[in-house]
Amino acid sequence: MNFSVDERGYYGEYGGAYIPEILFNNIEELQKNYLNIMEDKCFQKEFESLLRHYVGRPTPLYLAKNLSSEFKTTIYLKREDLNHTGAHKINNAIGQILLAKQLGKKRIIAETGAGQHGVATATVCALMNLECIVYMGQADIERQAPNVARMKLLGAKVRPVNSGSKTLKDATNEAIRDWINNAGDTHYIIGSVVGPHPYPDMVARFQSVISKEMKDQLLNQTGSELPTHVIACVGGGSNAAGAFFHFSENKTVKLIGVEASGKGIDSGHTAATLVAGRPGVIHGSKTYLMQNEDGQITEPYSLSAGLDYPGIGPLHAYLFDKGRATYLHVTDAEALDAAFNLSRTEGIIPALESAHAVAALQKLKFEKSDVVVINLSGRGDKDLDTYINYLNEKADGKQD
Amino acid sequence: MENRIDKLFAAKKRNILSVFVTGGFPKPESTLPIIEELDRAGVDMIEIGIPFSDPIADGPVIQNSNEVALENGTSLKKLFGELKMLRSLTEMPVLMMGYLNSVLQFGLENFYKTCYNTGIDGLILPDLPLDEYFSDHKALAEKYNIHLVFMISPSTSPERIRLIDQHSRGFIYLVSSNATTGNDNGVKNELDQKVKELNSMNLNNPIIMGFGIKGSKDFGRACSLVNGAIIGSAFISQLTESATIEGVVSDFIRSITTPKNIFQL
Ligand SMILES: Cc1ncc(COP(=O)(O)O)c(C=O)c1O
Repeated sequence: MNFSVDERGYYGEYGGAYIPEILFNNIEELQKNYLNIMEDKCFQKEFESLLRHYVGRPTPLYLAKNLSSEFKTTIYLKREDLNHTGAHKINNAIGQILLAKQLGKKRIIAETGAGQHGVATATVCALMNLECIVYMGQADIERQAPNVARMKLLGAKVRPVNSGSKTLKDATNEAIRDWINNAGDTHYIIGSVVGPHPYPDMVARFQSVISKEMKDQLLNQTGSELPTHVIACVGGGSNAAGAFFHFSENKTVKLIGVEASGKGIDSGHTAATLVAGRPGVIHGSKTYLMQNEDGQITEPYSLSAGLDYPGIGPLHAYLFDKGRATYLHVTDAEALDAAFNLSRTEGIIPALESAHAVAALQKLKFEKSDVVVINLSGRGDKDLDTYINYLNEKADGKQD
Repeated sequence: MENRIDKLFAAKKRNILSVFVTGGFPKPESTLPIIEELDRAGVDMIEIGIPFSDPIADGPVIQNSNEVALENGTSLKKLFGELKMLRSLTEMPVLMMGYLNSVLQFGLENFYKTCYNTGIDGLILPDLPLDEYFSDHKALAEKYNIHLVFMISPSTSPERIRLIDQHSRGFIYLVSSNATTGNDNGVKNELDQKVKELNSMNLNNPIIMGFGIKGSKDFGRACSLVNGAIIGSAFISQLTESATIEGVVSDFIRSITTPKNIFQL
């Protein structure tokens, strides 16, 4: 099964480019050029060199012995948290900034939820000396303060967004509006496998380095390049797409995406799009989204800013419909517990987003002989406040 | 049956004034009275916006009107309900304008059929790709006599303008500048060149300019270039500031159609 788009920019019936006419030239320019640029030898050399020397790739594939004995199987962590800037987002940001330079763009815009994509974009813009504007929902600015400070230090302008639920969806709307108003000189670095074609495919390809490395590393460490399970959290779905990508033809590998169910699937406060949503059009792409009967996009909820999104990349919509990947969901509380557990058992503090993938271990049954890879998409520095608050609440709860 | 949009353009070639208003704004049930007032004030054509939670091509004014309309409980279903008496009140061409998701969730055939039954003449869906128009919409639009109006921008290439001209029905919507709605760009000088290019192409469709047309000066200039113009954000701002619609609509339209006095910039 192919994990790339067809020539029209669709995965089955999902994807496409649903954009206002003003963006037609920009999107067409990207559609016509992205594959040529990405397949160009010079481009690849520069991309790989930056990933190696600047980002610090390959990231380790770490055999988590304590976690493995707890779950009575073999569990590896793909350490995307060890990338420069602390998450997988930088893989895509490096790729897109090189592409933007090729296309002669002078100004870079981005949206961000958790701030990881914003930090990654601000970082590559500093590196390439390009103007950088990051749209971020006011609610996310408040809950991810360390990343806001980092972006500012890196020289990016962070523009607060106050519409809707003041989170990732609204930041994305505002970035699209900026692009409409500045189509000529601006490249929009979208942070996930969402948006109009070619973004989902382009971002998946830039992130596919994750599964490429996994295969090499598994072969080295286990003698087989194939695991039994690959688990990744899904907001828009870029780290999952990257972790799944090179296993597309390996049907024995169970691909497991983990959405955030917030306070619970039936609570009305959730971001688990594949459960709570149905197909429609969001941010230029046909895919599953959470919406009411009238087609109004509903406000998602997750404690985790990076998963707090009412849509999902069209690739995942397709893999879900076809049954090629399985999608689970994890609540705020389950993710928090998993974050603590990983901190205490392995000495690794994960991002709250990535903790959702770790929490999925509780929901799966493993054989002793299984080889499970969890894509640890980011580190938890940005979430310390959230974690400490939860610890304090728990302590208070115990005293009562 | 002849489409009212075609009838209008057959009878009137210049200075066509079209007004956009978000459905269900500023009050529930105010859309029909606004249409009546606009008709009385001599407007030629109306676009009714389908309120949407995430209007990505719109600036702050129309965004806000969408929010208010949704807070008022407006849904597409309710809006159609409200417009039931439309054709007992006016023979002016009326289009609906909105985002594709609203139409998809209503159900395509159901949507076109309800448009037909309501007396809607045209539809503008800025995020509907041409390909999908061919595969999913064209047959329905023809069956129910709804004109699909497509947009071009100052940066649309001549080949694409040809393609759009071939498929747009009623008119072509020329976006005045590469910007969201309600921008302050006005009718820029660069447009003269674009319009020259358009005129030399001998297009099938008349052209109406929209986005950022604010007062009589913009309207006058737009009409000197193309067949007419659409006013949206400026009208909605006026409605936002006024407690009632009585008098406001006719005063506003008069301010657009009478030559600009030098004090109102
Ligand atoms: C650490 C981390 N993981 C995951 C995500 C979710 O994005 P995606 O689903 O595109 O990987 C984010 C987004 O901000 C993130 O910061």
